[in-house]
Amino acid sequence: MTVNGEARACDVKGSESLLFALREYLQLTGSKGACEQGECGSCSVMLDGELVCSCLVMAADAHGSEVVTVEGLGGSELHPVQKALVDAGAVQCGFCTPGFVVAAAALLDENPAPSSDEMREALAGNICRCTGYGAILRGLETLVGDR
Amino acid sequence: MTTRVRTPTVRDGVGVSTSRTDGIPKVDGTYLYSSDLYMDRMLFGATLRCPHPKARITRLDIGPAVAMTGVHAVLVGDDVPGSNAFGLESADQPVLATDLVEYWGQAVALVAADDPETARLAVEAIEIEYEVLEPLTDPEEADRRDSAFHRARCRRGPQDASGAVVVEGYYEVGMQDQAPLGTESGLAIPDGQGGVDLHIATQWTHVDRDQIVAGLGVDEDMVRVHHAGVGGAFGAREDVSLQIHLCLLALYTGRPVKMEYSRAESFVGHVHRHPAQLWMRHEADPDGTLRRIEARIIIDGGAYRSTSDSVVGNAVYHAAGPYRCDSVSVEGVAVRTNNPPCGAMRGFGAVQACFGHEAQMDKLADALGMDRVELRIRNALRRGDRLATSGQVIDTSAPVTEILERLRRMPLPDENSSDDPRLLPGGTGLTTSRPMVKRGVGYAVGLKNLCFSGGFDDYAEARVAITPFGVEVHTAAVEVGQGLGMACAQIARTVLGIEDVVVYYDDTSKIGSAGSTSASRQTQMTGGAVMEAARMARQIALERGGGDELDGEGVWKDGVLVTPMKDLVGRENIDYHTRFHHPQTDAPDRNGQGDIHVDFAFAAHRAVVDVDQELGLFRVVQIDTVQDVGFMINPRSVVGQIEGGTMQGIGLATLEEIVVEDGVIKNPTFTDYLLPTFLDAPPIEIEVIEEPSSFGPFGAKGVGEPPTVSSTAAVVAAIRDATGLELNRTPVRPEHVALGSRQPAVYSDC
Ligand code: FES
Ligand code: FES
Repeated sequence: MTVNGEARACDVKGSESLLFALREYLQLTGSKGACEQGECGSCSVMLDGELVCSCLVMAADAHGSEVVTVEGLGGSELHPVQKALVDAGAVQCGFCTPGFVVAAAALLDENPAPSSDEMREALAGNICRCTGYGAILRGLETLVGDR
Repeated sequence: MTTRVRTPTVRDGVGVSTSRTDGIPKVDGTYLYSSDLYMDRMLFGATLRCPHPKARITRLDIGPAVAMTGVHAVLVGDDVPGSNAFGLESADQPVLATDLVEYWGQAVALVAADDPETARLAVEAIEIEYEVLEPLTDPEEADRRDSAFHRARCRRGPQDASGAVVVEGYYEVGMQDQAPLGTESGLAIPDGQGGVDLHIATQWTHVDRDQIVAGLGVDEDMVRVHHAGVGGAFGAREDVSLQIHLCLLALYTGRPVKMEYSRAESFVGHVHRHPAQLWMRHEADPDGTLRRIEARIIIDGGAYRSTSDSVVGNAVYHAAGPYRCDSVSVEGVAVRTNNPPCGAMRGFGAVQACFGHEAQMDKLADALGMDRVELRIRNALRRGDRLATSGQVIDTSAPVTEILERLRRMPLPDENSSDDPRLLPGGTGLTTSRPMVKRGVGYAVGLKNLCFSGGFDDYAEARVAITPFGVEVHTAAVEVGQGLGMACAQIARTVLGIEDVVVYYDDTSKIGSAGSTSASRQTQMTGGAVMEAARMARQIALERGGGDELDGEGVWKDGVLVTPMKDLVGRENIDYHTRFHHPQTDAPDRNGQGDIHVDFAFAAHRAVVDVDQELGLFRVVQIDTVQDVGFMINPRSVVGQIEGGTMQGIGLATLEEIVVEDGVIKNPTFTDYLLPTFLDAPPIEIEVIEEPSSFGPFGAKGVGEPPTVSSTAAVVAAIRDATGLELNRTPVRPEHVALGSRQPAVYSDC
C-alpha cells in the first residue's frame, strides 16, 4: 500500500487491523488506539480519500490502497488544522489529537466553511476526555473565519 | 558598556497564555506516549485475570503456556521475588494472586512472548481452576458486617442544635471511570545488572518506584522510573497497574518488555471513582441560617484499599459544602467488598459529597420558600470562618458569595424555540418535538481541598540551573496533559527574568519526588518548588555577578550590565536544588477536628437543561461557571482545565457509570460505557475570580478538580427543576425521568 505518499509493505497476520499494521510494522505511531471498536476516533486515517477508523479496517483489506495518517498530513509545515489546534490550546494530553487532526482536515476538505453545528456533528465520532471540546471548536472556527 | 532601561517583564512569564512545547509533537503525531515506545528485541506482556469476583485458585498449571513457541516467561505469584503485595497507601493487594482472588479481573499470572497475539494465546493456554466463592457486593451489608477499610467522622459543636425547618434526603452516586484515552502501557528495560528502567504513563514516578522495589526485592537505586507520554490520567494512574508486572517480566527474561492494556482490560486494570450512598439531614432557621447538618456516607472501596481511607475522609470533610454551620455530625465508611477496587478520581470524595449537600440545599430552599441561590449566599463560607466539619479557620481566599453573585448575573441562554433536532433532547433521532420540552435551571456550588491533607508530609523537589545555554528546570513531576511544564517554565522565566527556559522531566534516580500529579497540587507544589529554586538561583546570580537585577543578558547594577551571562556562568553553572513543603497540616483528632487541609478552592455551576419528561430525554443546553483560581499562571490552561473538568462532571450526571452486577463489570467498553461526545458538549461560559491563595506561586491555586465537583450536582438540579422529580441518583437515566425517581430512603432509616 501507499502510506503518506510512499510505497510501504509489511506482512500481516489474519485479523490484524490497519491500525496495528501502521503502528507495529510501519512504526507510524501517530495514529492511536483507545477503544479498538470504532467509538473514539483516535485511530482516524484517510483510506483512499475516505475518513476511516483504522482499528476497524483489516490490514489485509488495505492492500493496494492509499493511506494518509497524521504524520503525512502536513508535509514540512504544519497543516492549518494542526496549527489551529495548538494555537487554541486544544491540546492537553493530546492522545485524541491525531484523530481530530485527520477528521477535521477531512471535514474541511469536503466542506471548507462548516458551521459550528456541522463541525460538532462531523466530529462526534472523536472523543476527547481532557478538553471538553471547547478549545477544539474555537481552534477550528478560526480556520473557517480565514477562508 | 551597555546601559539601558530594563523592560520590567520577560516574555512568556506568568499570567500569559503561552504555547506548550509539547503542542507541535502532539499535533503532528511524533509525541511518544508510553504505548508508542519500541525497542529492538522487545517482548510483549499479557495478563491472566480471574473471571470471578471471589474464588480460590485450586489448580494452576503454566506448563502448556511455557511449552509454546515464542513464549519467554510465564510468572505466577510465587515468582514474585520480593513482597507479593502493593498498594498506594498500604500494601494489601497481591502483585499476582496466589490463593484467594477477591475481585473480577484480578491479575493471577503474566506472560512475555514474541508478539502480542502469542502472549494472548499463552494466557489462554494456562490451565487454572477455581473454587467459586460467594462474593460480598452490597455495600450496606458490608457495613453491617463491619467489612470496612476505614471509618471517618466529624463531630463539631453542640450536638443538640436544631432548626425550625428540616429536610432529609438519600442520594446515590454511581461508579465513574476516569477513562483516560490512553490505556495503561509501558516499557521495562533491564540494565543487565539486575536493575531495570521503566518507562511508564503514571502520575507519580517515585511512589511507583517504591512499590516496584518492594515487589522485586531489590535496592531502591536498581529501579529507575521514567515518565513517558501520558494519555490522560484523572486519578486512574495514581495506583500501580502494570508497573511491577513489567519489571518482573523484564528482569526474568533479560529483555525489554512492553505491555499495553486493551480498553476492556483497562476497565479492570485501574481503580475507579467510589460509588457512594449518602443520607443527609439539614436543619435551618426560618431565615435560612443553617443550624445543624447530619450526614452518613458509605463509599464502596471494592476489594483492596487503594486510597479509600483518604477518599472517605474527604467525603466527610466536604459533606457540609462551602457553608457555615456550627453543629455538625458526619459519619463515613469506606467498605470492603468484592466489587472492583476504587480509588482516586478527579474530585476525590468531594464530588460525591457535593451531589448530596447541593440537593439538600435546594430542598431546604424550597421548604423555606426561599430563592435557592439566596439560601446558599446566606450561609456561604468567607475567609476567616470555620469549615463546618473540621472546624479549621479558612485562611485562604474564599469568595463563595461573589462566585454565586456573579454566576447568577451571567446571562441565561435564550428560550429555544427552534425545531432543529440537533438542539432537542434525543438529537437527530427525531424522537421529541419542541412543545414536549421543558427547560430547567440548576445551581450548585462546591469546594475542594488542594494538595495533600491530614498531616501528610507533602513536598516537591525541583532544581533550577542557569547555564550558558539557558535555564534548566528539573522535576520528577508528571505532565499528564494539564500543562504543568508550561507553568513551571513561566514561573522560572518571571522569577529569573530569563526567557530561555527548558523543563526536564527527570527519572527517579536523578531527583527526589515531586509528589503525585493529583489533588490539584502540582501548580502549587512543583510550581512552588520551581519558584523557590529560581529565587535562590537568582540570589546566587546577583551575588556572583555583583548586581541588583538579572536577565538573559546577565547581571545588571543600576541599569548597567556588570556581568554578562557568559562570565556569570561560563565556568560554573548556577544550580539550586530545593525541596518545597507546604504549610504543615494536622492529622484529625478523634472528632475529625484540626487544621487538616492546607488550602481550598471554590467553584459553582449553573446548568440549563431541556427535558422531555415523557420520553426521559434530556440535553444540557448550556453550563456556566465561576471559579476561584487564585491567580492564573496560564489563563488558557486554566480555561482548559475548567472546560474539561466540567465536562467530566456532566458525564457523571448524564451518561457515565460502570455497571457492576454481582461484582462483574457489565460495560467495559466505550460502546457501553458512554463518554460525552462533541454533541453532548454544551457551550460553557467561564468567569474566574483571582484573589491570591495563601501559599501558591504568585497566589495561584490548583484548578483541576473544582470544576468536576459542582458540575454534576448542577446538571441534576436542572433536570429536577424541569421535572419536579426527586432524582436522588446520578447518573440520571432516561427511565428515572420517564418513570419517576426511586423512592427515597429517609434519614431515620439509616
Ligand atoms: S481506536 Fe479506533 S475508534 Fe477507537
Ligand atoms: S487532549 Fe486528552 S483526550 Fe483530548
